[in-house]
This record gives sequence, structure tokens and C-alpha cells, in this order.
Amino acid sequence: MNLNATLLGQMITFTVFVWVTMKYVWPFIVKALQERQQKIADGLAAAERAERDLELAQHRIAQQLRDAKVQAAQIIEQAKKRSGLLVEEAKHRAQEEGDRLVAMAHAEIQQEQQRSRLELRKETVNLAIAGAEKILEQNIDDKAHANMFDKLIAELEE
Amino acid sequence: MSDAAKLTSTQYIEHHLQHLTLNLHNFAFATKNATGFWVLNVDTLVVSSLIGIIFIAGFYVAARKATASVPGPWQNFVEMLVEFIDNQVKDTFHGRSQLIGPLALTIFVWVFLMNFMDLVPVDLFPRLVELSGIPYARFVPTADPNVTFALSLSVFILVMFFSIKVKGLGGFGKELLTTPFRTKNILVKLILMPFNFLFNLVEHLARPISLSLRLFGNLFAGELIFILIAILPWMVQWICGGAWALFHILIITLQAFIFMMLTIVYLALAVEEH
Repeated sequence: MNLNATLLGQMITFTVFVWVTMKYVWPFIVKALQERQQKIADGLAAAERAERDLELAQHRIAQQLRDAKVQAAQIIEQAKKRSGLLVEEAKHRAQEEGDRLVAMAHAEIQQEQQRSRLELRKETVNLAIAGAEKILEQNIDDKAHANMFDKLIAELEE
Repeated sequence: MSDAAKLTSTQYIEHHLQHLTLNLHNFAFATKNATGFWVLNVDTLVVSSLIGIIFIAGFYVAARKATASVPGPWQNFVEMLVEFIDNQVKDTFHGRSQLIGPLALTIFVWVFLMNFMDLVPVDLFPRLVELSGIPYARFVPTADPNVTFALSLSVFILVMFFSIKVKGLGGFGKELLTTPFRTKNILVKLILMPFNFLFNLVEHLARPISLSLRLFGNLFAGELIFILIAILPWMVQWICGGAWALFHILIITLQAFIFMMLTIVYLALAVEEH
């Protein structure tokens, strides 16, 4: 073991290598490492944010769904109410219509009765006149006795 | 070992432990027993530089192409290493420094790769360079104390620099003189100063020495055992060599990690108040 000038040479070599490493190797690698670290951290943060966004969106969706259901229920309720109302109204109207028709029929029937009675009476009067003519064997002047017959009809009507 | 007939075991081992030297006085290559300070171990310098350049080039490619998007396998590996070392640094070193991370990375990877040369069969590279006319060459740079001391002395200088930078010359001097034995009494303080200083001196000097000798010792021993296994009969070589290589994978990684960790710890201690 003998130390000699190689020692100095090696120290110079060592210094040069350390200098080169410090200048041209280390900073670039460390920078790349830090950048990648930053990138990964950013990526993870973004993923977390996205997850949170997703959760929020799901929350919102659930809320909207609930709202929609409530609204639908309300609409159905309203529709039911309205349909009930309509049915009621229709029934009412039908009833009125029916009543009106019945009343009209009644009136018609009454009129018909009246008219047939009148007819009948006229017929009866004519028959009576004819009978009287036969009995009297003589023509009665229609015009002269019309007044008397009308009075008679009116009497019969009462 | 085609020359086994010509070489005794001792010669073989000596041959393997002989550096390719360049004497800076007369620029003579490969003179055996070139002693004195002004001698360069050319093999160590070349191999460690080549390894370092491979490391830097590989990491430079990854660093140039590094993006925050999906990484490729090589970028992934480099990032894993960088992140691992960055975590170690952050756990231990609480100051802010542009230097500590790259320093730790360089030490860990470079030392590991130099250690890794120990796992290359001991005769492969020496035989190859011998064919091209170079008589000696050692290929495990960290088994050369010059490398380990160069690393630990650089770390030592950095520790001194950081201590003075953070605490100031006065603050650091005060720390050297007043810790670890503290007192409020001025007189006792003065008496304790030389002892404190001695303590700190030993502590600070022991660090680079232990740091470098630990690495050197492990790798030198590892290399020596590989050489010893290489002179065993070929029938048992693969068993011993395989077992030792497997075990050595652990050692080279561990030693590189320990060197890096202790560097960080020493620098952390330098910037923290006692």
C-alpha cells in the first residue's frame, strides 16, 4: 500500500464527476420526478373532484326524481279530482236534460190530450149537431148557429 | 494461467498486485517497485475514469430524456436510484444543499461500479492487456488505496468547508475547543481546551482514514481471495469462486452504500450544531 500522485489525479477525477453529476444529471432527474409527482397529485385530485361531482350529480338526480314523483302524484290527484268533477257535472247535466225531456214529453202529452179532447168534443158536437139535424130534419144554418156551438164547446171544455 | 509453469504462486500473486505505474520523474512505464510520491498508477486512473465516464454517460442520457411522462426502463432505473439516494439524503441531512445529493449519487454508483470490477474474472483483463504488450495492470480501482483516500479526503475537505461555511471560522474553532467536554466555569474551560481539541482532532482525522481503509480493506481482501482461488486446482475453483462471488455481490453493494451513507452523515454533522 503506497500512496502516490494517483491520489491527486483521483481527487480531480472525482471532483469532475461530482460536478458533472451536479450540473447535468441530478437536477434534470429530480425535476422530472417532481413534475411526475405533481402530475400524479393533480390526476388524483381531479379524480377526487370528479367523484365528488358525480356524487353531487347523483344527489341532484335523486332530488329531481323525487320532485318529479311528487309532481306526478299531484297531477294525478288533480286529474282525478277533475275527472270526478266532470263526471259529476255530466251526471248533473244528464239529469237536467232528462228532466227537461220528461217535462217536454209531459207537456206534449198534455197538449195532445188537450187537442184530442178538443177534437173529441168537436166530434161530439158534430155528432150532436148531426143527431139534432136528424131529429129536427132540418138543416141548421151553420153560420147562424156557430156562435151557439162555440158557446156549447166552451161549456163542454170546462 | 498459461504461464503457470514459469510462475510460482508467489510470483503470480505479486504479478497481480503490481500496478502499471508511470514514474513522473523520468516518465518510465511499469518500472517495478517505483516508489516515492510522484508516481502515477496509470491502470487505476484509466479504469476508474472509464468507469466514471460510463456512469456519467449512462445517467446523462437518462437525465436528458427525463420527462414527467411514462419512463422507459433505463430512466425508471435511474430515477429509482436517484429517489432512493435523495430519500437517504433527506432523512439524514437537514440543511439545504445542491451538492449533497449529486455527491452521494456519484459516490454510490461510481464506487459500486469500481467494486464491481472485482467480480470480473481476475485473469481476464490482465491477460488481455498483456497480449497487447502491457505487463501489469490492476482492474479493481477501489482495491487501490489511492482511490479510496482520494474519495475520503475529498469528503474530508467538504466537511471542513461546510463546517466553516455554516458555523463560521470562529464558530467552528469554538466547537473544536469547547466540545465534547462542556463547562460553564471559564477556568475549567481553558483547562479543558487542549483535551477537547485533541479529541476533535482525532475524531476528524479518524473519519477519512477509517472511511477509506474500510473500502480499501474489503476490496483488497476480496481481490486477494479471488487471486488465491485462481491458483487452486481448476476442479474446485468454480465452487469457491462462485461462492465467493455471490457473497461478494453483497459486499460490494454494501461497501458502496456505507461509503455514501457515512459521507452524508459526516456532512450532516458538519452543518449541525453540537
